[in-house]
Amino acid sequence: MIIDISNLHASVNGTEIIKGLNLQIGPGEVHAIMGPNGSGKSTLAQTLAGKSDYEVTAGTVTYKGADLLALEADERARAGLFLGFQYPVEIPGVSNVYMLKAALNARRKAKGLAEIDSVEFMRFVREKAKLMQLDQSFLSRGVNEGFSGGEKKRNEIFQMAVLEPDLAILDETDSGLDIDALKVVANGVNAQRDGERAFLLITHYQRLLDYIKPDYVHVLANGRIVRSGTHELALELEANGYDGVLAAAG
Amino acid sequence: MASKQQDVKDLVERKYRHGFVTDIESDTLPPGIDEDVIRHISQVKGEPQFMLDWRLKAYRLWQDMQAPNWAKLKLEPIDYQAISYYSAPKKDENAPKSLDEVDPKLLETYDKLGIPLHERARLAGVAVDAVFDSVSVTTTFKDKLADAGVIFCSFSEAVKQHPELIERYLGTVVPQRDNFFAALNSAVFTDGSFVYVPKGVRCPMELSTYFRINAANTGQFERTLIIADEGSHVSYLEGCTAPQRDENQLHAAVVELIAEKDAEIKYSTVQNWYPGDENGRGGIYNFVTKRGDCRGDRSKISWTQVEAGSAITWKYPSCILRGAQSVGEFYSVAVTNNYQQADTGTKMIHIGPGTRSTIISKGISAGQAQNAYRGLVKMMPTAENARNYTQCDSLLMGNQCGAHTFPYMEIKNPSAIVEHEATTSKIADDQLFYCRQRGLSEEDAVNMIVNGFCKEVFRELPMEFAVEAQNLMNVSLEGAVG
Ligand SMILES: Nc1ncnc2c1ncn2[C@@H]1O[C@H](COP(=O)(O)OP(=O)(O)OP(=O)(O)O)[C@@H](O)[C@H]1O
Ligand SMILES: [Mg+2]
Repeated sequence: MIIDISNLHASVNGTEIIKGLNLQIGPGEVHAIMGPNGSGKSTLAQTLAGKSDYEVTAGTVTYKGADLLALEADERARAGLFLGFQYPVEIPGVSNVYMLKAALNARRKAKGLAEIDSVEFMRFVREKAKLMQLDQSFLSRGVNEGFSGGEKKRNEIFQMAVLEPDLAILDETDSGLDIDALKVVANGVNAQRDGERAFLLITHYQRLLDYIKPDYVHVLANGRIVRSGTHELALELEANGYDGVLAAAG
Repeated sequence: MASKQQDVKDLVERKYRHGFVTDIESDTLPPGIDEDVIRHISQVKGEPQFMLDWRLKAYRLWQDMQAPNWAKLKLEPIDYQAISYYSAPKKDENAPKSLDEVDPKLLETYDKLGIPLHERARLAGVAVDAVFDSVSVTTTFKDKLADAGVIFCSFSEAVKQHPELIERYLGTVVPQRDNFFAALNSAVFTDGSFVYVPKGVRCPMELSTYFRINAANTGQFERTLIIADEGSHVSYLEGCTAPQRDENQLHAAVVELIAEKDAEIKYSTVQNWYPGDENGRGGIYNFVTKRGDCRGDRSKISWTQVEAGSAITWKYPSCILRGAQSVGEFYSVAVTNNYQQADTGTKMIHIGPGTRSTIISKGISAGQAQNAYRGLVKMMPTAENARNYTQCDSLLMGNQCGAHTFPYMEIKNPSAIVEHEATTSKIADDQLFYCRQRGLSEEDAVNMIVNGFCKEVFRELPMEFAVEAQNLMNVSLEGAVG
């Protein structure tokens, strides 16, 4: 098991948003989470990533056999948990490669590896940028600085490709992408599937799942997973909306 | 305030209590200032008559001046009669004999800053005899500069070797009466640096390297004069990222730059004097007058400063853009943490037609610190088609600190174009979280964001210094978040 979430409750500013959520993801698996706006999908992602505004009030999360909730956000990242943000932030003046190199070295250090040498790093990064069809100029630009919406999303997947996480949580990485970009992003993700690395895709569109075939699809509503199924479930939601599923769940 | 100034004046006017008995051999004057003290300084230094006259004139002007009204600054009144105005360099018996005797904390800081090994001993105040020999390096530099015809020496040496240059240029940019501290400096300065780059010469090296190896403790009233003759070019670096120990609380330096036709001067400063402890005790008051005169057409003067130290910093490196098409630039990063106060900025005085100036100021405040940008852009009636661009950005860390921006403009020529942009931001939690989610520790994340914020200024610094400046930011803001 990569991650085992059991009876998770989480609050923001005293309001409970996640209300007893259970989810298990095994090695190599791709899970998709769908659900209405405001149902708590991003809250789940950020809670798992360790954002301090989100307070866990009950439940446990075991990640690669250890207590995830005991770790700081940066420790979780160094342990191989990656979050592709729904709204990636801009960090003016800090170049994309500069941050990536610092991030990669932090992760390597945690693994007991030596820092990567600059030439090797640049070769590695250029290759990944090419895969994501990101122009080389993006490497030296400020992190997300002045990037278009779609470019920011591609940049997230590019970062994921460089950092090679064990669990990647991608929060609406497909939103705001044109058809071609969607394929690029999907290819980026598929290229990272190696039978070990696990994915949690948060999405509103079944279209993404045509390109990245999920093993499981879950519906999150009102802070809980109300239904789980296979790819079929996504098709059903696309056809009928959430009403039926939510009514059945009570 | 008014009565305090009266006290100072009374003291100044009172004849020195113990009479004046110090003979010329003695190497330290008792505290206090009067004309005899100034005569003594001039005499010990073997100065020509014109220098003494110049100092005395400054002293007389100073006596009638008032300490400035500290706009945004809070400070204890300074007792000018409690300062000793001359002390010859002497050996300190208590100085550490080797790096082994130096406070490990200080060495750790040097390490973080990436200060080259061969400079650490001098910076830590290790007794001079024990510092291994850097003479050969120095000589190489000296030879190279001499070959190019560049004069680079201490101010005292220049007064002796090149009195005609001193007489011609000294005080022509910052006259004695300019302000309270400049007047005091003019009366009592003991040493500093002098640079003359002859016509058409491109100075073959950054004057930083040489300077850093040789920087003797020039004391609290330092005087620097840099002259770039027609078509010449020089880059000068003052200061050091290493925290410097100094007993003197008041520092009032004067720097004058003169760029003749087609000449260019780039002056970079990294200032890291002792800022006082986290409760605001101790620390150096840094009141500096820096001014550049773009005298010739198409000349250019560029100030770059990284201000990290001192309890109180009060400085406005300025440019007088006299020559047609001359260019003035000011790039500044000022960091204040704990109880530090910085009031800094620039003045761009556009006189010649087609003159241009650029001001980029980055203020970072953390803790209880206060950081003010104060700038004046003045377009004189003669400044046909002059332009200025000003950008002031402030970054706040925490909510007990402050940032203030005071841009003043005086436009007396309708063809002038002045642009001003100002932003104030906080390090957003979202930015921190984003970096941490990529695996960076909170401290590394803050450092990275701050360095990104300062990038436009750091890239103006000489290459090898930019890295040290970045590290300096990190050390200065240690503990500012969390
Ligand atoms: N920091 C916060 N402060 C207050 N309320 C918050 C905060 N973060 C999330 N919420 C609330 O929690 C609920 C769930 O938000 P969340 O962003 O997790 O939804 P989502 O499922 O990702 O929605 P979408 O599909 O629109 O992205 C919303 O009602 C939101 O307003
Ligand atoms: Mg969301």
